[in-house]
Amino acid sequence: MKGDNVVDFALTPQHEALQEAIGRICADFGDEYWLMRDRQGGFPTELHQALAKGGWLGVCMPEDVGGAGLGITEAALMMQTIAQSGAGMSGASAIHMNIFGLQPVVVFGTEEQKQRMLPPLIEGRERACFAVTEPNTGLDTTQLKTRAERRGDRYVVHGQKVWISTAQVAEKMLLLARTTPAEQARKRTEGLSLFYTNFDRSRIEVREIEKMGRKAVDSNQVFIDGLEIPVEDRIGEEGQGFRYILHGMNPERILIAAEAVGLGHLAVSRAAAYAKERVVFGRPIGQNQAIQHPLAECWMELEAARLMTMNAAWRYDSGLECGAQANAAKYLAAEAGFKACQQAVMTHGGFGYAKEYHVERYLRESMIPRIAPISPQLILSFVAERVLGLPKSY
Amino acid sequence: MKVLVPVKRVVDYNVKVRVKADGSGVETANVKMSMNPFDEIAVEEAVRLKEKGVAEEIVAVSCGPNAAQEQLRTALAMGADRGILVEHDGVLEPLAVAKLLKAIVGREGPALVILGKQAIDDDMSATGQMLAALLGWGQGTFASRVEKEGDAIRVTREVDGGLETVSVKLPAIVTADLRLNEPRYASLPNIMKARKKPIETVKPADLGVDVTPRLSVLKVEEPAKRQAGKKVGSVQELVEKLRNEAKVI
Repeated sequence: MKGDNVVDFALTPQHEALQEAIGRICADFGDEYWLMRDRQGGFPTELHQALAKGGWLGVCMPEDVGGAGLGITEAALMMQTIAQSGAGMSGASAIHMNIFGLQPVVVFGTEEQKQRMLPPLIEGRERACFAVTEPNTGLDTTQLKTRAERRGDRYVVHGQKVWISTAQVAEKMLLLARTTPAEQARKRTEGLSLFYTNFDRSRIEVREIEKMGRKAVDSNQVFIDGLEIPVEDRIGEEGQGFRYILHGMNPERILIAAEAVGLGHLAVSRAAAYAKERVVFGRPIGQNQAIQHPLAECWMELEAARLMTMNAAWRYDSGLECGAQANAAKYLAAEAGFKACQQAVMTHGGFGYAKEYHVERYLRESMIPRIAPISPQLILSFVAERVLGLPKSY
Repeated sequence: MKVLVPVKRVVDYNVKVRVKADGSGVETANVKMSMNPFDEIAVEEAVRLKEKGVAEEIVAVSCGPNAAQEQLRTALAMGADRGILVEHDGVLEPLAVAKLLKAIVGREGPALVILGKQAIDDDMSATGQMLAALLGWGQGTFASRVEKEGDAIRVTREVDGGLETVSVKLPAIVTADLRLNEPRYASLPNIMKARKKPIETVKPADLGVDVTPRLSVLKVEEPAKRQAGKKVGSVQELVEKLRNEAKVI
């Protein structure tokens, strides 16, 4: 029975069409492609371009700049589908930033800025990196040190950023930098400004960080020395950058949750397929409950996390407060994704440790949604404080 | 010219088809359904004709249940301009579909109808040919290449032993073979636009067509399981087995 009071969990036909279309594009990039990217590194340009060509990078951008004007719900479905296709975090991270990262420009940019900045990103002519985190401030974003000094009609920037994904290939950068020294700012959350500007490699040095997984999508240390930014590249008012950047935080948690769910489901389906085929002691190992039950448990936890993710996305798109749900979704999805990947390796036994069975790659990648963009511990602290009303612990 | 493209809702080609427990047909409940792949090729060809300026309007039509709207939306997302659903819940045999399409052709007046060469569910490969006969139009079936030439259409056909090129006077029927083209992926902007394109729904009775089945299905069963092969140690043993066991030489 359907009625006005019924909560509808079904995907709409349009959502199914979206998943189907994305799935088809991703099907052109098979397991061997991602295995190769993981071995050799190198940005998955072909996937980025294929998605750009289909207009997918503009999924949640406004229609007047060439986007589709859809919500974070659709973006989350898209990111889950990409990760689940076999692309994992290597595929998802290659476009993650480009689809939601410029929300501050969408919301706070001038008309001229939107028309100048967004279409090249949607069309895949430019890629953006997100330069916020610093080596000495971590998640304490209001304390960041990178300095942007106003000189006439420009700002001159000096400073250092870390864990900046895709800085090796990006043409543009969304940069948060201090325009008023911390001690002179009226409030802790003021004094930072947001810029979207050219990634001028003559003034920026990028050093790649060797890391555990996701070799295809580079993470970097970034050293900025005398970068000049014209005033027209500043987003919104000077000193209000922190407030603007917060705008993209919940969507980012929701998308990364969707990616973790996709990666986890990918691992579980691969493990289930292997368990059905692998015969030991005269029967498929998947007939053993010691193999079945953990995989069934992983599936259930992933589905629970997916529902929390879609709930958070729905709240965001409906204009409701979603901080608790978005953080909870990211926590639950990351843990469920990690557990699923670990179980997939264990299901494969020795072969799970071999690269050509793909699951060890998923396990290495599953650490990313656990750690980034915020640690599980800080989410627990946030929920304890904001939802349960307990004293702030940090 | 106007191009009409019929599309059929079928079990997705990736799905492992299962026979219903009572042997009356194949299971379609809770099974992923898609547009017949050959019909996708037909839609793609129509869209390419439009992009070349040869076709002005593409009308997609589907005969089937209400849910066949999904396949019409797919056609609209690929580039068709509008859709017509001839809604009917029961079995539709090729002759019934051909009669329905004839009625739609009568209303729409297309110069060209492009169909898939066959549907992957029943593999009849009959609707296009029947429609040509009912209309008294020329047909270019199993097309691997289609070009307009004045008031005719030049169709390269894949036939046993090679390619045959025929010229068919318009209006005409074309059925699409696998190598005619590679259908595009629907882009996001086009999926969005497809939502706003109109789909008209009509019933077989509105078109004055009797779709009562004329065939009765006696039994549907799964193909016999393949037996495991045997390994032979030598050519002599192989020849001996071929002669005495398989009795083929």
